[in-house]
Amino acid sequence: MELFNHLIFGFSVALSLQNLLYCLIGVLVGTLIGVLPGIGPVATIAMLLPLTFNVPPVAAMIMLAGIYYGAMYGGSTTSILVNLPGETASVVTCIDGYQMARQGRAGAALAIAAIGSFFAGTVCTLLIALFAPPLAQFALKFSSAEYFSLMLMGLVAAAVLAHGDMVKSLAMVVVGLLLGIVGADVNSGIKRFSFGFYELADGIGVVTIAVGVFAVGEILSNLSDPEERQVFTSKVTNLFPTKEDLKQSFGAIVRGTGVGAFFGVLPGTTPAIASFSSYMVEKKLAKDPSRFGHGAIEGVAGPESANNADAQCKFIPMLTLGIPASGTMALMLGALMIYGIAPGPQVMTEKPDLFWGLIASMWIGNVMLLVLNLPLIGMWVSLLKLPYRLLFPAIMAFSAIGIYSTNNSSFDVYLMAIFGILGIVWRMLDCSPVPMMLGFVLGPMVEENLRRALQVSRGDPSVFVTRPFSLAFIVATVLILIVMAAPAVRKWWGTAEASSR
Amino acid sequence: MNIELRSNKDFWAGILLIVTGAASIFIASGYPFGSTMRMGPGYFPSVLGAILLLFGIYVMIIGLRRGEKIAVHCSLRALIVLSLSLVAFGVLMKHAGFIPALVVLIFGSASAGREVKFVEVLLLTVTLTGLSVAVFIWGLGLPYPLIKGF
Repeated sequence: MELFNHLIFGFSVALSLQNLLYCLIGVLVGTLIGVLPGIGPVATIAMLLPLTFNVPPVAAMIMLAGIYYGAMYGGSTTSILVNLPGETASVVTCIDGYQMARQGRAGAALAIAAIGSFFAGTVCTLLIALFAPPLAQFALKFSSAEYFSLMLMGLVAAAVLAHGDMVKSLAMVVVGLLLGIVGADVNSGIKRFSFGFYELADGIGVVTIAVGVFAVGEILSNLSDPEERQVFTSKVTNLFPTKEDLKQSFGAIVRGTGVGAFFGVLPGTTPAIASFSSYMVEKKLAKDPSRFGHGAIEGVAGPESANNADAQCKFIPMLTLGIPASGTMALMLGALMIYGIAPGPQVMTEKPDLFWGLIASMWIGNVMLLVLNLPLIGMWVSLLKLPYRLLFPAIMAFSAIGIYSTNNSSFDVYLMAIFGILGIVWRMLDCSPVPMMLGFVLGPMVEENLRRALQVSRGDPSVFVTRPFSLAFIVATVLILIVMAAPAVRKWWGTAEASSR
Repeated sequence: MNIELRSNKDFWAGILLIVTGAASIFIASGYPFGSTMRMGPGYFPSVLGAILLLFGIYVMIIGLRRGEKIAVHCSLRALIVLSLSLVAFGVLMKHAGFIPALVVLIFGSASAGREVKFVEVLLLTVTLTGLSVAVFIWGLGLPYPLIKGF
């Protein structure tokens, strides 16, 4: 019963006019950038974050979340219609979705993608409402030792499950941790790594680093890598799937949601991995696997449910434990801190309106997407014709204004340029910037908890393996490392990633 | 240095990590280290730097053994033009106002692209600047002078 009270409270928050408006803006912007290749949710959220400083935190978080899951819907639209995934999560949808479109069944594919996403979104809203409170209750009992081990597990898992070289990803986490502790040390007041710049005394802003690496860095890599975009649009007729379609996709939607929710709570996994895994599951289970690749509706229903489920379940570790499981979540966590809310299990009890309002808004946002998306498809497709050479200067302008306005500081704009250059250098050297973001956001907390745990234990590091939960996290960390380092697993994961890219 | 090494992806990744790690140890050596029981401000960055150094050496060796090439390329022109546009924006925001800063940034960024059509870039600059003034100055009320001195 408590669950329903919480949800009703959440809906009472989310249904306020202001929050509804921000939710709508969020999902529309999300769909837009989901449709447009070359700009992803991380860059968009980073770019828009400075504009939300005058907005109440609840409304701001609702909007930012809407951008994130809205992008999942938008990505599928272009995959199906023009064989062009707007987001990496929708790559597998191209395989059967585009084939369906070519057979004149674009409407059915789009509708099934939307229905699947909506189903997944609904289930995940319930999952969060169901599991977040006990998880947070449990985490409230943690001391510094458990926190440190938990963060270690989160960071290691995120690094080894992320695509790319495992050792380099781990190294990037360390780079992020180092960037995270730039600025005045809380205990001694010594300004670390500030190179004499007083602007660095408060540390590097999460928005500065995210916009630099993900917006500017991505623009640089897009400008350097010529890729012609051609748009062949198929006509969308008959939006309603047949009874047969619905019957065929029902199982796939349920399974896809399950797969997505499972991967969702694992740190480091991207929605792309969830959708790819779901595709493989459907192909394995199909009576006639040869239909796949030739317009099998399950190949759209499963992956599209999976990537939406993954995106939404990523909120569970972020909201309850303060552990970001992806680049976007790292940014959302940074946003919470900017709004003056310390992330962690206490968010639910101290800011119930934010917590439950956000969860309820996700369901409302999913309804909006379901209702709005299909009628607006024509508009999204016409936006695809917007050439990149007109798009990226706009991204540059909005990013620069946003960064400047954060502290009224030109220094932050220079810093953003530096991180843009670092972003492209890291990409060239195949060092994934996402683990860096996670390390960056958690840096100060990792140090603080390590320091406190060792202070209490009088310098005895065995504290991390003698406290049962801490030990469990350490064992899990080691297991993840061993399993993922095994050549066979590594190879399987590598092919999964490669095909989902 | 031979050509092979110059485009060796992991070799350079290793070097970058080693340099970052070594620099962090060096800078952190100027802060009190403390003890494990009472970690000083130098403790955590020194340990991280050491870990990074080890990772870097490992990655560099892997690079020498595998010799994988850099696959992503970076247009030096775009890199320089975009960075300079941002720097110009920062300087002009302080000394000349919102409109000149934006005009230079948008015009500069747009000309970093591959196919640059002058008229199109001009139109884009005017449109985007107008839009930004409307949204950020009039709409959101950011307190920046449009042009300094007016």
